[in-house]
Amino acid sequence: MGVIKVDNLVKKYGTFEAVKGISFNVNEGEIFGLIGPNGAGKTTVLRVISTLLTITSGTIKIMDYDLSKKPNEIRKFISYLPEDAGAYKNLTGRKYLTFIANFFDSKDTQEMVQKGIEIADLDERIDDKVDTYSKGMKRRLLVGRALMTEPKLAILDEPTSGLDVLNAQEIRKIIKNTAKQGTTILLSSHNMLEVEYLCDKISLIAEGKIVEEGKPRALMEKYNSMNIEEVFTKVVK
Amino acid sequence: MSALGNIISKELKELLTPSAIIPIIVIALIFGSIGSSMESIQEGLEEKPALGYIDEDNSKLSSVITSYLNKNTEVIFNSTDISEKSNGLEQVKEKEGIALIVIKQNFSKNILNDSRGDIELYWIMKGGGIFDTVSSEVLEGVLYSTNQEISKILIEENTTVNSSIALWPANRIDTTYFKDREIGLSPGAISSMLASQSTFMPIIIMMLIIFAGQMIISSMALEKENKTLETLLTLPVKRTSIVTGKIAASAFIGLLFAIIYMIGMNNYFQGFSGFGQMNLSDYGLTLSNQDFILVGVSLFITLICALALCMLLGTFAKNFKSAQTLVFPVTMLAMIPMFITMFFDFDTLPLIFKGLLFAIPFAHPMIATRALIFDNYLLVVSGIIYVLIFAIVTISIVVWVFKTDRLLTGSTRRKKIFGFRRMKFNK
Repeated sequence: MGVIKVDNLVKKYGTFEAVKGISFNVNEGEIFGLIGPNGAGKTTVLRVISTLLTITSGTIKIMDYDLSKKPNEIRKFISYLPEDAGAYKNLTGRKYLTFIANFFDSKDTQEMVQKGIEIADLDERIDDKVDTYSKGMKRRLLVGRALMTEPKLAILDEPTSGLDVLNAQEIRKIIKNTAKQGTTILLSSHNMLEVEYLCDKISLIAEGKIVEEGKPRALMEKYNSMNIEEVFTKVVK
Repeated sequence: MSALGNIISKELKELLTPSAIIPIIVIALIFGSIGSSMESIQEGLEEKPALGYIDEDNSKLSSVITSYLNKNTEVIFNSTDISEKSNGLEQVKEKEGIALIVIKQNFSKNILNDSRGDIELYWIMKGGGIFDTVSSEVLEGVLYSTNQEISKILIEENTTVNSSIALWPANRIDTTYFKDREIGLSPGAISSMLASQSTFMPIIIMMLIIFAGQMIISSMALEKENKTLETLLTLPVKRTSIVTGKIAASAFIGLLFAIIYMIGMNNYFQGFSGFGQMNLSDYGLTLSNQDFILVGVSLFITLICALALCMLLGTFAKNFKSAQTLVFPVTMLAMIPMFITMFFDFDTLPLIFKGLLFAIPFAHPMIATRALIFDNYLLVVSGIIYVLIFAIVTISIVVWVFKTDRLLTGSTRRKKIFGFRRMKFNK
């Protein structure tokens, strides 16, 4: 089943065209990666899909809901993790998760919070104020926040950006496990190794356009490359 | 450029930003306008007050008063016939005089018989502001001097008059016509009493607006700075709920702060007020329970309006620092009506200033107290309706901004339709 259907999406900021008519589909349970350099338009695509920005032209359907017409419906089953997201500094990790859980029509908010706590894996520090957390702890809390609602679609912008190897590895494992449980994941990254490890399918974006699309292994074979980084270099050149 | 010059140049560029310069310029302008206002008061003090008098006594001592009045004031009516009193009052009103003075019969005889001579003062008071009572203060000075003149004569002529009478020979009986009411007090006393009631309110409202406004602008700025806004906007919650929630929370804290300040300021004013012993209700200068409810409604709606306006400004805030600058226009909009309502009475303002003051939503609860004392319900109710409409429109704009890209990107996508540019937004 197609969870995301993007058709000829164009996004302009004033006269600047950040996204120039891209199309792609993501199926249920897939981990789909948008790969590209800084300023390629990855974050803009994710922000549009997560209902934050308006569409200039083209259509997006999420679970068959038209994003331009039913953004409130879509918000019920998506979860977005911005690249440099923060949490409310004066709340404890637990209270932050409870605050978010209260927005969802869940029968058991505490169960949702407990799931968030398990994903964040912050032990007793979950009851400390967010302000006292390290960058890695904050990111784990935010990943917990994004995935505790068991969204049908999780949109993760550079989920491991700025994290050390151990924290990044931990988060990749969480993402993989979440997808196994049926959540569709759309993520962006410039870490090509991460993409190779995580994604079932990828789209390479450069200057607002999709320049190549496919399964990582198939793309490596097509371009006779050792890794996705090499594929990307060959495609862009 | 030398290293030192390079650093100085960089520092100047960073420090001399519009957000640093504009507040200084505006504060200078405010002080400048206060200075001009003081000059106007000074000029008013130097002007001769226009008045009328009836010398019913027509004696040597009463002529001391009338000749002093002829010399030091602009006399627009005079007579010796008490039956001319109504006519005199009419003429004083018509010619925009400030009072009709009636020196009662037996004025001299009473003084010479060891009792004070009666002078009736019929004041025409136009407004209750500080500026409105300048000319009556000048006349107070003139009357004080006439008393001195009579005292001098009594002492120089070695009369046997009791010393306390000789030092203060005239007995004043004040009646003030103010906003269709006849009040047995002088304009100065009425003005002070009104100030004790209605000066308090503008200060509280100004503080409330600034506190609550600062809170909501900072809250918006912190959401952006801490990158929590994006998460909030993707949650299954209506934009209207986000806007209303933020406004309601800030209104609650703002009101809490206002109550704390109100208690402190009330004690402060009571400590300075010399009118504690006067019962304002004796003169009908108090608010009924219904009036208090209207003031409360006006204050509450104004607070919501201020918060909506601040939230709209908050959408422009990039971070906490820029939010502090954005509070400034709101501070000005709160301070301007505060000063105007302290110095002037709304009714005595020129039409254009009345319109401008009415247009500032924060002015209405400041005007309301004094207006309700004098039963001007039309002004208060129309003010409440205006502020309510202003608040609804502002909240709608805020909700609309929350649905556009402007909140996150600082711009909105425009689409040209039928020759007009229309902004597109998420529902």
